[in-house]
Amino acid sequence: MDSYNIMFVILAVLIVCASFATVLAKSVLRAAAYLFFALLGVAGMYFLMGYTFLGSVQVMVYCGGIVVLYVFAILLTRGAKDKLSENTKQKIFASALLSLTGLGAFVYAILKANLLHENLFRPEPLYAPSEEATISINTIGRHMLSTDVNGYLLPFEAVSVLLLACIVAALVIARKR
Amino acid sequence: MIELNYILIVSAVMMFAGIFGFLTRRSTLAILLSIELMLNATDLNFAAFNRFLFPGGHVGYFFALFSIAITAAESAIAIAIMINVYRQLKDISVGKLEKMKW
Repeated sequence: MDSYNIMFVILAVLIVCASFATVLAKSVLRAAAYLFFALLGVAGMYFLMGYTFLGSVQVMVYCGGIVVLYVFAILLTRGAKDKLSENTKQKIFASALLSLTGLGAFVYAILKANLLHENLFRPEPLYAPSEEATISINTIGRHMLSTDVNGYLLPFEAVSVLLLACIVAALVIARKR
Repeated sequence: MIELNYILIVSAVMMFAGIFGFLTRRSTLAILLSIELMLNATDLNFAAFNRFLFPGGHVGYFFALFSIAITAAESAIAIAIMINVYRQLKDISVGKLEKMKW
């Protein structure tokens, strides 16, 4: 058992526990704090896969931006006092049953599918990833701004327009009247 | 050795924890937190499929990247709407949002 496996187990336990804590926490503010750890766990998974840029984006955008935004919104709307729900026991039980059934079906399908066996490409071990498996900043920049078959210039520009529209809309919606 | 299946199972647990929260929560901000969990699970799947099935490719990688950007925009707008709703109704739990019904 090498360090990669140990790290994977730690991250998996962190993600699972933090996800459950997020949906079960009594106060919404605590739920946001637990969500922070779940997001950090996912960022750790990206780092483990060798996708360092994606992991840094996850830490910056999610942990640094979105969670802080949620905390501000919860405090501004007095949502921190909100309880888990006023649902009946029966409703919560039905939701839990539905989720567990779905999870069971998913896990069964994943284990049955045998994804790696019918695959054209040679699967690579997760540790010691090769140069082509981990995408460098240089490659990301070239793909992001190129217009050929492998280029992503159109979605890149679309996202920039979307973010501009988002800024304007957030200002218009949340301004004082 | 870590396999693709293990990461998929972790992300499936995360996804269904999010679905459970989405079904049981009453506060809209808590529902949004559950949606974040679900979106993160899909991002993890994109990256894992790209890494394990197509190690030389980059499609899933960029899909995850753009998905993160769109999620940021979505939650910013949603929070702006919720703050506005709070100003009007002084409550953001889903039971009280009857003015949004047609």
